[in-house]
Amino acid sequence: MISQLVILWTDALIFLLITLAVAFGVYASRKAHLRRPWGLVVRSRVGVGTMVVLAFYLSVGVLDSIHFHPAAESPDSAGKVIYSSEIISLFDSMVSGLRARQEKTYSAPLATHLYAKESTEQADGSTIRDFPRLEHGGSHLSDPDQRDADIVRLSAIGILKGLAVSVVAANILIVLLAVAARRTFGERAREVLSANTEIPWRVVLTVLGMMLVITFWSAELASRYHILGTDKVGEDVFYQALKSIRTGLVIGTLTTLVMLPLAIMLGIMAGYFRGWVDDLIQYVYTTLNSIPGVLLIAAAILMLQIYMSNHAEEFNSLVERADLRLLFLCIILGVTSWTGLCRLLRGESMKLREVDYVQAANAFGVSHLQIIGRHILPNVLHIVLITVVLDFSGLVLAEAVLSYVNIGVDPTMNSWGNMINSARLEMAREPIVWWSLAAAMIFMFTLVLSANLFADVVRDAFDPRLGSSR
Amino acid sequence: MMAYIVRRAIYSIPILIGVNVLTFLLFFVVNSPDDMARMNLGLKRVTPEAIENWKQERGYHLPLLYNASAQGTARLTETVFFQKSVKLFRFEFGSSDSGRDIGYDISQRMWPSLAIAVPVLIVGLLVNISYALLIAFFRATYIDFWSVVLCVVMMSISGLFYIIGGQYLISKLLHLVPISGYDTGLNSIKFLILPAIIGVIGGIGSGTRWYRTLFLEEINKDYVRTARAKGLSETRVLFRHVLKNALIPILTGVVVILPLLFMGSLITESFFGIPGLGSYTIDAINSQDFAIVRSMVFLGSVLYILGLLMTDISYTLVDPRVRLS
Amino acid sequence: MSKTLLRISNLKTRLGDAGNPVYAVDGVDIEVRKGEVFALLGESGCGKSMTALSAMRLLPPSGTIVEGQAYLGDTSLFDLPEREMRRVRGGRMGMIFQEPMTSLNAVVTIGEQIGEAVRLHDRDSRDAVSRRVVELLRSVGIPDPERRAREYPHQLSGGMKQRVMIAIALAGRPSLLIADEPTTALDVTIQAQVLSLLKDLQRDTGMAVLLITHDLGVVSEVADRVAVMYAGQIIELAETRKFFRQPAHPYSRKLFRSLPSLGNRGQELAVIEGSVPRLNQRFSRCRFRERCDQAQEICAQQAPAWSETALGSGVRCHLFEHLPALSALSGKRATENHAGSAEQAGNLLEVEGLRVHFPIHKGVLRRVIGHVKAVDDLSLSIAQGRTMALVGESGCGKTTAGKGILQLIRPTAGSVRFDGDDLTRLPAGKLRARRADMQIIFQDPVASMNPRMLVGDIILEGMQAQKIGVSRTERQARIRDLLDRVGLSVDAADRYPNEFSGGQRQRICIARALAVDPRFIVCDEPTSALDVSVQAQVLNLLKDLQHQRGLSYLFITHNIAVVSYLAHEVAVMYLGRIVEQGTVEEVLQSPRHPYTQALLSAVPAIDPVLGRSVIRLEGDMPSPANPPRGCHFHPRCNKGVDSCRSAYPDPVRLSQTHRVSCFRIEPESI
Repeated sequence: MISQLVILWTDALIFLLITLAVAFGVYASRKAHLRRPWGLVVRSRVGVGTMVVLAFYLSVGVLDSIHFHPAAESPDSAGKVIYSSEIISLFDSMVSGLRARQEKTYSAPLATHLYAKESTEQADGSTIRDFPRLEHGGSHLSDPDQRDADIVRLSAIGILKGLAVSVVAANILIVLLAVAARRTFGERAREVLSANTEIPWRVVLTVLGMMLVITFWSAELASRYHILGTDKVGEDVFYQALKSIRTGLVIGTLTTLVMLPLAIMLGIMAGYFRGWVDDLIQYVYTTLNSIPGVLLIAAAILMLQIYMSNHAEEFNSLVERADLRLLFLCIILGVTSWTGLCRLLRGESMKLREVDYVQAANAFGVSHLQIIGRHILPNVLHIVLITVVLDFSGLVLAEAVLSYVNIGVDPTMNSWGNMINSARLEMAREPIVWWSLAAAMIFMFTLVLSANLFADVVRDAFDPRLGSSR
Repeated sequence: MMAYIVRRAIYSIPILIGVNVLTFLLFFVVNSPDDMARMNLGLKRVTPEAIENWKQERGYHLPLLYNASAQGTARLTETVFFQKSVKLFRFEFGSSDSGRDIGYDISQRMWPSLAIAVPVLIVGLLVNISYALLIAFFRATYIDFWSVVLCVVMMSISGLFYIIGGQYLISKLLHLVPISGYDTGLNSIKFLILPAIIGVIGGIGSGTRWYRTLFLEEINKDYVRTARAKGLSETRVLFRHVLKNALIPILTGVVVILPLLFMGSLITESFFGIPGLGSYTIDAINSQDFAIVRSMVFLGSVLYILGLLMTDISYTLVDPRVRLS
Repeated sequence: MSKTLLRISNLKTRLGDAGNPVYAVDGVDIEVRKGEVFALLGESGCGKSMTALSAMRLLPPSGTIVEGQAYLGDTSLFDLPEREMRRVRGGRMGMIFQEPMTSLNAVVTIGEQIGEAVRLHDRDSRDAVSRRVVELLRSVGIPDPERRAREYPHQLSGGMKQRVMIAIALAGRPSLLIADEPTTALDVTIQAQVLSLLKDLQRDTGMAVLLITHDLGVVSEVADRVAVMYAGQIIELAETRKFFRQPAHPYSRKLFRSLPSLGNRGQELAVIEGSVPRLNQRFSRCRFRERCDQAQEICAQQAPAWSETALGSGVRCHLFEHLPALSALSGKRATENHAGSAEQAGNLLEVEGLRVHFPIHKGVLRRVIGHVKAVDDLSLSIAQGRTMALVGESGCGKTTAGKGILQLIRPTAGSVRFDGDDLTRLPAGKLRARRADMQIIFQDPVASMNPRMLVGDIILEGMQAQKIGVSRTERQARIRDLLDRVGLSVDAADRYPNEFSGGQRQRICIARALAVDPRFIVCDEPTSALDVSVQAQVLNLLKDLQHQRGLSYLFITHNIAVVSYLAHEVAVMYLGRIVEQGTVEEVLQSPRHPYTQALLSAVPAIDPVLGRSVIRLEGDMPSPANPPRGCHFHPRCNKGVDSCRSAYPDPVRLSQTHRVSCFRIEPESI
């Protein structure tokens, strides 16, 4: 499909971040002191397991960050392709079915009928109030009673597909491993399956298999049903939860990207130069830090809202507007969170400037800039990395809370916070509408738990204080 | 020692001024009062008169920094900056955009906030320290391992879930306590107990894990080996020596947030309908009442700085190394 | 009744998990008799502390006792339930540790920490306990014990803390005291105090002491018998006197010859090549074979068994009967000093009235209320190709002086003339260019190199900054030369510092300093973190380089033996000032200042036959923030006169080179 690419602000930053991450990876692979801890991370079972899960989230997030105007169904009379004014992402077009299948209002997971009674006119002219059939969910069934059997059938197909793909993936992986180690396939396979490898490939394969099975299973079911139900306006909850992944990832990563340069520069400067530089920087971060974070965010977002509503004409579309608000939220979250890292780096630089090897560099007459670049920065990098990884899950959780208070992302944007926020109003309904809430919680929990466990592994690997025993 | 504390106290003055200037910039310079008025009155059919009127009522009609039309000192005092920002230093919060006296509201609403925040803090501290001590006692065993896993799982769950889940289970299914609301005096207990329990549970994950790290760090120190070489039992070593040392960072960490307890918890209070400062803030945010948000920003900063000061003092009280140097 | 108090037999202690075991202790047998001082001597990592911790059952979590028995009297320690063991610990067996600074609980009073131990072992009333605490404090020589009991550890000096540790260990009236490097962290004068305290206590109470140390001097001072440990095993056991007269094992013999002293000044020190084998392997050969210059075929084929050489002494060596007599081995004579020519060359460095003061801020306004006078009016000069040793105890300002001379810390006053230029007045740019001429080597081999940089880049850094060598290849060639010069293989350039041992790292640091062709190097305790055998390698290298390149050294140290071996001139520092300076012979052989005399007498002598009396210095060095009025040393001086209290003595010139700052010295006619 020919389409017109749109690069939103956050998209651009995400790709910048990916570029930086790749560059750092290349740099790290050449430095033994960075390669060693990463080696420990990939040798840890928890480390590789969570990496696989995070990779799934990440790929959804990245696919969802490639935006474009889709081409309209039919070219205009002159044969020119007309682009729709709508902006969708690559991910949207991949799951276009989910997006398109809107119901009228709530429906429970895997339901065939709407959640609310409606008056329908019968063929004989009388009206009865009943739960009407869904337009899409389970609509291929002639008789709703066949639903259970159909679900079992679809599940079986999905799981089998997932297993098949896993087996193929496992074989490809083992072939690659065998080639890399110059061993026969059989030997390598035995090693992998008996967990006899340095990197726990068996864990990788198990988690990968699980994720693939879940993916194919849900894909199979989602093609016929709303597996997590629909929300008030009938949108598929599963789709919403998937779309929210990008929001969570953006908040968790871009916030740090925004704050890093400032925190690193100021922190090192304060600790290395001391004197009035230190006093000034300390004053700045104590001042910023003393404003309670939530209130600062609230004030800033309120101001942004005013600005946006008074300058509505500057924004081309709702998507762009929501995107800018997301970016702004990242920036303001960054402003409230850079002080912690800055303080850590200040303390560490203060210690490092007195260390013998910095003194030795002084004795050679090496310039300050070179000392910072060669001696200070590389020796605080692990702190930066640990902070970035540790902060991620906290930021994802914070997004939910902020959106709930209406000072988070734009209400039109898919996010777990917004999902919870809208679902909360329905908690009082009888019978209760629980699926939006549950979906958001499960997706968020999986991401945050993986990130937390991964962060633990990274910290254990990089923290020199813990490393003395190795 | 006294001089040090006085010095720290004096140092907080420029910080407060910084906060004040920052909030002024944020609230009056980024967007002009006109913008605020337009926003507040709704975008449609806004007449210049309505805007002027709205500003007049709330005192935003004055010039920002310098009033050329006034005489003498009034040139400086008859300004938005003086009236709205400088007066905060005297804790004169003025009235909210909807015309209520903010100072009065705050003095009324801080008690419910404290009623929920103080029990959560105390019980949470006790639970977390005891649990962390238990883990430290069984360190490097399965109890340790699974406790840490439990902590990580618990801290991976959104706080919102604890609240919604708790409300659903306790109030809606079991009907043990009301879902939300507040009352005065002892009657408030039935409203407070659920949010308090949820607050404690929500904090176990991160709290216990943090304390466990502190304890384990202490346990590997040389003086613990000395204590064991005396023939002390493991529990005595843990309680007399390790706990005493680890309590220093724990207590000073608590002291810094003590003043902020007045501010209440935004989420808990709004979920449970407790009329504290947290829900006050949320309501203000939702109704876009800038005067209240501004006051709360300033109040929060004052309390935080007070916390920092108290931390400095508490160090000198609990740590003989600081006290006697 | 048996004379044996503690018997450890076939002890094997493993560190790490069963998958990757390190046998820190590998079949150790020792016997400590009642009332004796038994020394366990060995270099770092040989397993001596692990042996003691095994006996106490206080191993770190990663350690396990795999095999063996330990009997205290008739009690089998390894079979006791933990409950019973606790009664033994601190009761019949007390233990003190190396680091008195960190071994006490900082937030509990001294009295409480001792009282706790007292209460555990005799259940007395409150009053009786606090009486006993005071009594214990008094018995370990702490003045004003009632007041001290209420104080916290940070209010006490290092030596005092170690006394408190001893008091804790004595609380249960132990019959055995295990002292794990009790004086290693202390200064020599304080070490002398603590050692004599231990000896007195042992004589008075009749307890036995198991003394763990790496210091031959300490052994010769206090021990009755000594066991030498190497790579997890006991390799020699003897009575102390016999051991010092006739060490049997090649390792012990070499250890003696690697000790620097005045006697072997002209010689190269014996070096034990290589390093201790890793203990994560099973040995089927002699553990010392690779480093032994007597090794024969049998040494590689089977591990030597324990051979009893006399009653109560033995050695673990195949060849002990065939080794040459010790006297037959003498060191290579090193190339003789070209000192004569150097003296005429004039002084390379002249320091006049150097002061480094750090302001003390106090009060609300942080006004400067005083100064820490770390270096106060220091004058010295060093000629081309000569070594000046700056000697003093920790906190006397010697390191600050070194950094002040190099302008790494900007001096408060005074001048540092280096080859005609006053460094204190050079503008930053010129000073930077001058830095190639003067370099520094640090004490801590771990901290002195950036762990994130390759060794090659570390050596390159100075050349880049000083623009030495133009092309990449030229510089690379120079790096290879330097590595070769300091005795490391060329491929070291592509490795990281952490892949090297302490001695190798120190040699890399020397190579780094040499890279810019300096004429003067400040050596800040370059060997004090190293084992004796490794220290010898570094000292040999430094001496060699001086001969070849005519380098001048300012050698900062607290180790008198190293001074006597290496230095031409000595300056003794006390509390920021030089109290005595002169040639090595003048200062070391006829010291005149009471402090120098006390310092020298406190150094444990290797040769126990030479009877000598230690001049005991009371108390600790005062703080340089608040030095005593008059002569800084007078409160601790046993020869003080009235004038010492009122004014600081001017230096008295005793000879062309010898100067002393003391009122009691009369200038001699020259």
